[in-house]
Amino acid sequence: MKKVIVGNHAVAKGAQLARVEVISAYPITPQTQIVEELSELCADGKLAAKFIKVESEHSAMAACIGASAVGARAFTATSAQGLALMHELLHWAAGGRHPVVMADVNRAMAPGWSIWTDQNDSLSQRDTGWIQLYCETNQEVLDTTIQAFKLAETVDLPVMVILDAFFLSHTSEPVDIPEQDLVDGFLPRREARLKLDVDDPRAFGALARPDVYMEMRLRQQEAMEEARRVMVEVDAEWKQLTGRGYGPIECYRTEDAKLLLVTSGTMTSTARFVVNELRDRDEKVGLVKVKMFRPFPTDDLRRVLAGVPRVAVLDRNISPGHGGIFAEEIRSALYDLPPAERPPLHGYVLGLGGRDVTPEVIRDVVVRSLESPAASEREDLWVGVNS
Amino acid sequence: MSQVMIKDDVPKTELLTSGHLACPGCGAPLAMRLVLKALGPRTMVALPACCWSIIAGPYPQSSLKVPLYHTAFETGAALASGMKAALDIRGQSDVNVMAWAGDGGTFDIGIQALSGAAERNEDILYVCYDNEAYMNTGIQRSSSTPWGAWTTTTPVRHPENHPKKDMLAILAAHGIPYAATASVAYPTDLLAKVEKAKSIRGTKFLHILSPCPPGWKCADEDAIYLARAAVRTRVFPLMEVENGTRWRFTVEHPGDPVGPYLRKQGRFRHLTDQDVERIQADLDARWAILEQRVAYGT
Repeated sequence: MKKVIVGNHAVAKGAQLARVEVISAYPITPQTQIVEELSELCADGKLAAKFIKVESEHSAMAACIGASAVGARAFTATSAQGLALMHELLHWAAGGRHPVVMADVNRAMAPGWSIWTDQNDSLSQRDTGWIQLYCETNQEVLDTTIQAFKLAETVDLPVMVILDAFFLSHTSEPVDIPEQDLVDGFLPRREARLKLDVDDPRAFGALARPDVYMEMRLRQQEAMEEARRVMVEVDAEWKQLTGRGYGPIECYRTEDAKLLLVTSGTMTSTARFVVNELRDRDEKVGLVKVKMFRPFPTDDLRRVLAGVPRVAVLDRNISPGHGGIFAEEIRSALYDLPPAERPPLHGYVLGLGGRDVTPEVIRDVVVRSLESPAASEREDLWVGVNS
Repeated sequence: MSQVMIKDDVPKTELLTSGHLACPGCGAPLAMRLVLKALGPRTMVALPACCWSIIAGPYPQSSLKVPLYHTAFETGAALASGMKAALDIRGQSDVNVMAWAGDGGTFDIGIQALSGAAERNEDILYVCYDNEAYMNTGIQRSSSTPWGAWTTTTPVRHPENHPKKDMLAILAAHGIPYAATASVAYPTDLLAKVEKAKSIRGTKFLHILSPCPPGWKCADEDAIYLARAAVRTRVFPLMEVENGTRWRFTVEHPGDPVGPYLRKQGRFRHLTDQDVERIQADLDARWAILEQRVAYGT
């Protein structure tokens, strides 16, 4: 059934269809509609879940971990400062191997106060051990939320479903909502491999001395490696059921390209528009969308970008003192390609704090990338900045 | 008001094993042993950072025969809330969920999550075993450290200069169905309180004074004497509060002079006679307030 809904309600609908059992959340703009919707669904009995209205995001994640450790399917949602407050517990969820699913509505970090989108909140959590999936449309948000539980519970790792503030969270789009039966068949009730159980008492998370700690992290890394494969499988299964799949990356009109743009989130849609324009004029420019950031789709990107004359990475984020984070990760992924195949890569920082990434901005990126000297530029360019 | 322990009153169940890693004379394993005897095996424990993170044993060991989750310092009450919600939704509402935290994890870093859980009246038992400082990190003051005490962050030239935070009153002010203090020197009283807590739905708070020989600088064999003296001197009265209003004493508090209690502990060695007199005066004033609470229910 198609409905016109905002991105936040697409998340809530996905969580409802996934039959989450415990929700624990704290309000923060622009995420709040997600938990408002879920609390109403719980209150109306349309969702048989416990909703814990905690006093902070830190406690929201702690409660999700507690619920997940007992074996329930747990969910929360947050943004920016709330995600930063959770930081300690993000490590706990991942290190404890709890398949919690969380929606993060990408919002810029303060100060100055901003409620508008950029990716610095989620990318600051890069090394916490969460799988990160960035979405482009409300349909993708709903589909990814449902897929996230299956992925999380298959590899015992938490998953962050990420959507742009306002451009998705508060923007209405038509979304095909799957039937409950279809989702139930795809995502059965969670059966935890290990859980807190009075009939089989165990201690979780005890002191790990140097002789065992490293192996725990190795198992976690192996699970991340497994997640690369499982993500593709889960996505393929979903595609078989619904006709919709996304992949860790998506290639759009990449054939014979002299320049490939690399994007994530909603600016991908704007870039598609610009690529169509350019292709209409026989300009060979294509697009690669990165959906999965952790685990990083290294091999997929190497395959697509090897030998391309030029690559432009568009970063709605900044690691101060280094550069755009996607650009740096992609440079690293391409480093050991043979020199002849290693493309010159231009990094662009844009759209911070909700600044619009318009077709003009992307056209500017294209012009600069095609005009600049062929040698790879180490310095990322800031685009759309007031002088 | 029985202060005499009758052997038959104590459940035989042992859910704490030998081989735990507590220091000699520590009150914390005794407190856990007694509380679990009353709660029984259908119990799960949320354990934020505290001495018990060590006492429970390193991976892959556990000194408890019930499920145990080691969690972050400030999350005991929040983690327990999530555990209880999951048990409820999975049809295991009979399982007791206990958060077990030290004074640092309760009075200081964990008070926000605890206040949240208490305000929501989560169906959990929150136990604070209180050794009156951050003992696991090497004896730093907490907001539970009593006035005048030495710790490594309140050296003898600048001993603790704030009174101990009144956690029982803070929890009672949340209007939770049951809040109480208890002592490892009064096992019958402690067991009765856990039994009572177990029978009540909603948030139960139990504050247990737990002597720490290395931190209090006392002899191992004096731990129980000191726990008992803390009650007899009214330093740590044994009370319970129902629904935030009905306060009552649960044992006799004869009001022994506080001097000998203090003088047996190296952490108070630097106190002058005037300091001891001040502590006695503060105790007397505080006792008058508690008697009013018991009489008038506020």
